[in-house]
Amino acid sequence: MGIIKGKCWKFGANVDTDLIIPARYLNTSDPVELAKHVMEDASPSFAGKVGKGDIIVADENFGCGSSREHAPIAIKTAGVSLVIAPFFARIFYRNAFNMGLPILECEAAVKDIVEGDEITADLATGEIKNLTKGNTYKAEPIPPFMMELIDAGGLMNYTMKTMAN
Amino acid sequence: MGMTITEKILADHAGREKVTPGELVTCDVDIALGNDITAPIAIKAFEGAGAKKVYDTEKVVLVPDHFVPNKDIASAQQAQIMRLFAKDQKITNYFEVGQMGIEHALLPERSLTLPGDIIIGADSHTCTYGALGAFSTGVGSTDLAATMITGKIWLRVPETMKFVFNGKKKNKWISGKDYILYTIGKIGVSGALYRAMEFTGSMIEEATMDDRFSLANMAVEAGAKNGIVHTDRKTLDFINSQDQKPSREYKVYESDDDANYHSVHEFNGDDIDLQVAFPHLPENTKPVAEAKNIKLDQVVVGSCTNGRLADLEVVAGLLKGQKVADGVRMIIIPATQKIYKQAMARGYVETFIDAGAVFSTPTCGPCLGGHMGILAEGEKCLATTNRNFVGRMGHPKSEVYLASPAIAAASAVTGVITDPADIAGE
Ligand code: SF4
Repeated sequence: MGIIKGKCWKFGANVDTDLIIPARYLNTSDPVELAKHVMEDASPSFAGKVGKGDIIVADENFGCGSSREHAPIAIKTAGVSLVIAPFFARIFYRNAFNMGLPILECEAAVKDIVEGDEITADLATGEIKNLTKGNTYKAEPIPPFMMELIDAGGLMNYTMKTMAN
Repeated sequence: MGMTITEKILADHAGREKVTPGELVTCDVDIALGNDITAPIAIKAFEGAGAKKVYDTEKVVLVPDHFVPNKDIASAQQAQIMRLFAKDQKITNYFEVGQMGIEHALLPERSLTLPGDIIIGADSHTCTYGALGAFSTGVGSTDLAATMITGKIWLRVPETMKFVFNGKKKNKWISGKDYILYTIGKIGVSGALYRAMEFTGSMIEEATMDDRFSLANMAVEAGAKNGIVHTDRKTLDFINSQDQKPSREYKVYESDDDANYHSVHEFNGDDIDLQVAFPHLPENTKPVAEAKNIKLDQVVVGSCTNGRLADLEVVAGLLKGQKVADGVRMIIIPATQKIYKQAMARGYVETFIDAGAVFSTPTCGPCLGGHMGILAEGEKCLATTNRNFVGRMGHPKSEVYLASPAIAAASAVTGVITDPADIAGE
C-alpha cells in the first residue's frame, strides 16, 4: 500500500449517510450516478469541486445512519482517496474496508487540518504529514485483519481467496 | 468470569467455548437479509466474485420494501434485479409485493428470526431482532454478498453496555419508543459505538414485545452494533402465537451474573417522560412538554420502529371521533400485510379514514424520503420513524421530529406537537 497524497475537504461531526448520499438517489446503484450527488446535502457544490485523489477530513462519527454501501461507493467513485475522522460509525467502518476505501482514525489530524491543506498519509504506519503546515500526526494503526482485507483488494477477493484455500 | 448473552451467542456460532470483547471471530449466520436497495449491490458482488449458489436457500431472505410498490423506473429496475436473483437461486424467503412488509416487522411474523440466532442484514435496523434475544446487526452489501456465499460473517466481539430500567412507567402513554429516545438522549448518537446494548430491569420485563422491538430497533441510533433483550415467557408466547411456526430449533441464552460489562446505566421510570427528538439528530431529545406547540405540516405513523399493530391501536384510540387538524397531512402505514388486515378487522382503518388520514399499503416510503409523503422546503413533520437527519424525509430544509405513535396521533389532531394526555381528557 503506497502513500496517499491529496488536498483536504473538511466536514463536521455526525456526517450521516443521508448527507453522504440522500435516499432520493438510491433508486440506482450505478457508482457514477451516485458519485454525482456525493455529500450533496452537506455541501451542494462538493461533487463538482472534488478532484481525483482528494481527501475528506471530518469530525467524529462519520458515516452514521444507514447501512447503504452507496455511501462509500459514492465517495470512492468521486475520486476521494482517503477519509480521516476521529472515529467512524460502525457499519461505515466495515463497508469502507470491505470495499477498499482507505480510512484513518486520527483526532489530532482532524483538529489541525484546515480545508485546502495538502497532506500525505501512510496507511501501513498511520503517519499523516501536513505538507501545507509542516505538522505530522499519528493515526490509530489499522488492525491486522483490516490490512489483510485492504491487501486482498476488499472482502470479496479475500473471501474467494480463503474459499479457494 | 462469565459472559453476556451477546458473547455467548457469538461464541456458540464461532464454535468456541468463550469469546472476549475485542476478539475477531468468524460466526455461522442463521439469517442473511437484503432489501431492494442493498441487495442489488450484494448480488453484483456475488456474481462478480464468480459465486454460483447461495449457502442456504432458506436462510437468505430478500424483502423488497423500501421503494415498493415501485415509485419509478429506476427503482423498478433495482427490485427486478433482486426478484430475478431470488427466482434463479430458488430463494424460498423472497416476499413479493402483496406478501411483503417492512422487513424488520415481517421476519419475526414469519418466525424466521429466533432467539439465540445470529442475523445479519444489509440494513442498519437489522438490530431490531435483538428484541427476541438474538444477536442481530446491520452490515453493508459486500458483507451480505460474502455471507450469501459462505454462510459466515467476521465480527469483532463487542463490549456490552447494560441498561437497567427500574421502576414503572409513569403513565400509559409511555412506550418502548420513549425508553429508547430517552436512552439515546442520555448517551448520544455515538454513545454505544461498536458496542452491544443489553436492556434489562423491571420496565423491560413489563414491556410488550412491540415495545421491545421499538427499543432494540433504535440501538443503531446510539451507534451500537446490536441491542438485545433477554428471551422470556413473552418472547416465547410471541413466537408461538405466529401463524407460521419456526422451521428450525432455537436456543435461549442468558447473561451470566458475573458477566463483564463495559458500563451499567440505571434509569428510573419516574424520570422517563414522553420524548420528542428534535431535528436533526435522534439524540436531541426533550420531554414532550418542551416540544408543545411546534406547528406541523405532516404526521407519519409507520416504519420498522412503530408500524406494528399496537402502534396502530394507540393511534386509532386517539383518533376515534376526532379529525386531523386543518393543514396537516396524516399518513399511516402498517408495517406488514398481516397488520393491515388486523387493522381492518378491528375497525382502525375506518377510524383513520374518517379522521382524514391516509392509510397506505406497507412500505418504508417516507421514512427514508423514498415516496408516499415527501416533505417540501421548510415543512415540519412529526414521525414515529427512527431518523431525523437533514433531508431524511425530503427537502434538505425540511424538519423531522421523532416520537411515539401516541404523540403522533395527538399532534395530528391539534396540528401542533401535543401530549396525548391533553387530548384524551386525562
Ligand atoms: S422503515 Fe425506515 S428505518 Fe425501517 S427499514 Fe424501512 S427505511 Fe429503514
